Amino acid sequence: MPRWMKITSFIVFVAAIGAGGWSWKKLNTARSDVADDKVVLADITSPDPEAVKRGEYVMRTADCAACHTADKGVFAGAYRISTPFGDLLSSNITPDRESGIGKMTARDFFNAVRQGQGSKGLLYPAMPFTAYAKLTDQDMQDLWAYMATVKPVANKVDENAGMPFPFNVRLVMAGWDVLFFDNSGFSAENHLSALESRGKYLVDAGGHCSACHSPRNSLGAEIDSAYLQGGRLGDWYAPDLTSSPHAGLGARSAAEITEYLKTGEAGPVATGPMAEAIEHSLQYMTDEDLQAIATYLKSLPAATDEKPPMIAATTPAMQRGALRYEVNCAACHGVAGEGMGGMTAAFAGNHTLQSDDATNLIHVMLVGGRAASTHAKITGAGMPSFAWKMDDRQIAETLDYIRNSWGNSAAPVEAAEVGRLRESLRAQSPLPQH
Amino acid sequence: MERKRPKTDVVVVGLGWSGSLMAEELTRAGLNVVAIDRGGWIDTSTHTPPAVDPDELRWAIRKELFSPPRDNTVTFRNRAEQTAVPLRDFGIFELGGGVGGAGFHWAGMGWRFSPWAFEIRSKTIERYGRAKAQDDEMQLQDWGITYAELEPFYDRWERIAGISGQAGNIQGQIQPGGNPFEGPRTRDYPTPKLKTLRMMEIFNNATEKMGLHPFTIPCANLSQPYVNPLGVTMGACSYCGFCLGFGCGNFSKSSPQACIFPALMRRSNFSVITKSCVTKVNKAADGKTVTGVTFVNEHGDTIEQPADIVCLTAFQVDNTRILLNSQISEVYNARTGTGTVGRNFTFQTVSGTDLWFEAETINPFIGAGALGSQIDDYNSDNFDHSNLGFIGGAGMLTLSRDGMPIAKASALPPGTPRWGSGFKKGYAKYYQNYGVIFNQGCSMPVKAATLDLDPTYRDKYGVPLLRVTYDYAQSDRNMAKFTMDRAVEIAREMGASHVSPFNFGDKPFTAGIVASDHVIGGTPMGSDPTTSTVNPLLQSWDAHNLFVVGASVFPMNDGYNPTGTVGALAIRTARAIHETYVKHPGSLVEG
Repeated sequence: MPRWMKITSFIVFVAAIGAGGWSWKKLNTARSDVADDKVVLADITSPDPEAVKRGEYVMRTADCAACHTADKGVFAGAYRISTPFGDLLSSNITPDRESGIGKMTARDFFNAVRQGQGSKGLLYPAMPFTAYAKLTDQDMQDLWAYMATVKPVANKVDENAGMPFPFNVRLVMAGWDVLFFDNSGFSAENHLSALESRGKYLVDAGGHCSACHSPRNSLGAEIDSAYLQGGRLGDWYAPDLTSSPHAGLGARSAAEITEYLKTGEAGPVATGPMAEAIEHSLQYMTDEDLQAIATYLKSLPAATDEKPPMIAATTPAMQRGALRYEVNCAACHGVAGEGMGGMTAAFAGNHTLQSDDATNLIHVMLVGGRAASTHAKITGAGMPSFAWKMDDRQIAETLDYIRNSWGNSAAPVEAAEVGRLRESLRAQSPLPQH
Repeated sequence: MERKRPKTDVVVVGLGWSGSLMAEELTRAGLNVVAIDRGGWIDTSTHTPPAVDPDELRWAIRKELFSPPRDNTVTFRNRAEQTAVPLRDFGIFELGGGVGGAGFHWAGMGWRFSPWAFEIRSKTIERYGRAKAQDDEMQLQDWGITYAELEPFYDRWERIAGISGQAGNIQGQIQPGGNPFEGPRTRDYPTPKLKTLRMMEIFNNATEKMGLHPFTIPCANLSQPYVNPLGVTMGACSYCGFCLGFGCGNFSKSSPQACIFPALMRRSNFSVITKSCVTKVNKAADGKTVTGVTFVNEHGDTIEQPADIVCLTAFQVDNTRILLNSQISEVYNARTGTGTVGRNFTFQTVSGTDLWFEAETINPFIGAGALGSQIDDYNSDNFDHSNLGFIGGAGMLTLSRDGMPIAKASALPPGTPRWGSGFKKGYAKYYQNYGVIFNQGCSMPVKAATLDLDPTYRDKYGVPLLRVTYDYAQSDRNMAKFTMDRAVEIAREMGASHVSPFNFGDKPFTAGIVASDHVIGGTPMGSDPTTSTVNPLLQSWDAHNLFVVGASVFPMNDGYNPTGTVGALAIRTARAIHETYVKHPGSLVEG
């Protein structure tokens, strides 16, 4: 975002704060009144074991560990999150009194997780409180019980030290909350079945799927009208999860989606941030809950029916791509794009790789990737980097071949786009070619 | 700097096939395992993916994956009255340079030894009388286990490695197309045999015509995608042929990396210390146990790793040298026959023939590291030795391994020009017309062979180099000549226009020329403590919490590659440790 836009945004925030009457509802924390406001987390010695067990499951569905764990221990925070506004570090959420959340009461915890109002001030939406706002009171109580069992780790984190002015002023978030935060809880919708409704709860509340899979506006808020239709996330693309027949989930059965979420593979192979979500969160969910998610996603209307025309196999570029595919890719991905034993991605019939946005494919071509390693499929095979071996045009041609063979069809990949990602990923330059 | 690490349940010295198989068993049983490896971390997708060229010069000739001589060599002589000097270039000791050991760069032949080998002394006496077994030169001894006892562990190893092959004997029933001479197997291989390539076809036709029994070599180059019992997925071989000396780019060559690490590395009770060389096992004050190991890390710090159980799972020469340097058991004395450490070093006695056709299309660039056809008609005790001056034999095989352009430039029939247009013409023709019959011969232990610490030469840590004193038994030399003659007959039957036999057994043994790289012995296993370093469960007779695992325990060498037997023995020992030893520490076998 250009500088002028940032400053304009700031003015918008402040103006929004000025609209005091408006902010009352958005910042109202009455929903947290159901929680205890006396006992601090560090003093809870014997939480109800059943609640702890349920709370651990809530923690898994919300994937707290993914962002709150770096190198100081589980939940000890300091995991770096890069945003267009600056770098944030996640907070220490262990029950340590000084550096963690040991001095919080349940009500403080509810305010932080569901309202974005933490002990140090308003939270940034890198913490998906906009989604967690939908967590039920019961799930929050259970999660609280679980947090009491976490081992305290002393690790002081200065969360917003990497944010430049004015974004290091947490009060700015009041304006953002007023504009974009909806603090009403989850409500079932009549047209959804019980299973779909459970799926929607998991997707929208703990799962915070839209945090990546919905596009965001220039102020970093999700665009509701494009809910789960695919979003760009740094150097990755989170694909369309609606029933779009071509690049969405339209051609995927609920069983295939469930398999993918549980194991990291169902033809397509998860890598990057989705591999992390599966490894830390989704694989721990019950089969019923994964089916609920799949069923709910299948109920979403298609974002688009469009299918880009297939690039003809006869063009010289496609023929170069075919040769390069055979030499570099076929050993693992198969001569017919069939993949290999579920370890490497199948390309034929793989819808996610036919999105208009080819970021993920370019990303792994440039810096490689590692498949999700799950309890069901542990291998976690590696994709090597081809940055040193292929120039931008060669990568684009190879991807065009993959995206337009075996029945696939997708828009051409621009060499310039490969170049942009090569720069932002700091990938190696190709060796000189003769 | 001296440091001491926290104590662990088990320390594993060397993370190759033996070490990783043991670590997998032991961590799954809940024990805390620390592995220490001299090499650095290596894995497929980082170090040898398909994006990295399978450059023959880099990998096969300069041997980049091998432990270099500066880190790993021996001194060598044929006889005790000679002075041993260091081997200063790559030779027959082809240790891996990183974790995974030689199991990362190996070709991938997934053999079992013959039932005869394990009871070599008893069976030889039984069939041919005592004189054949005791010729004053050989030092035959049984292994203390039978093939039948080891069979379930062979089966387990084959499942973990995903070996591709065709059974020849399932529970005593001979199977068409397999090796009719193999020991009985519980069940078929986990994946089908690889394709039959042109050179194999010619060999199969000729040997069948001669009444022999060709079959496809069991390969650790997988014929199809496979999920092993640890849940690890492997790919299908693409027949690129860049296996021996190379890392496999597409997860289809079995290795600790491809088969075990994905499961092992994710266990919180396992850790590995890389670039750290164990120099000795530390003895306890009671003299009956060991307390752990001492190693030197990459910064030169000397560090102690205490452990309740020590498993030496290094390469054959290192297991022996560490044990010698630790002064735990008595050193073998070739003159008196006393002591056991350094006893029964042997090699393999190799002969065979190169052969060329005039108008074939072999397409050698299609291949796999272990792929070939073999006959076992002249291997082990599969034929009558009554009127022959030797025991044992050789697996006689032809290879469809690779079409390495540099190496193949030397594979020209005698008389072909070595330079100029004549060379180019000859090479272009014979690249498509070259084959080999390779006799992977057994080697019998001899009394005169020893491994001990060199009195003069030391390594960079100040530890004496291992001194190898060895030459082939006359029995082996006779065997090599016999099988060479058979190879020539087969080559003629195959229709070769040029047949150029070779025999390493008609010369003194040398560590400098890679006739084979299958060295064994030095810490032999057995049921007699006076002739073996470790008992049949590979437990030291002298320190019950020390286990020595790997080819150093073989009391003799059979006419097959050793890896399958190494794997089976490692799994068997690991099971004995977690099923029995940890509950009742002490000797697992009556001595």
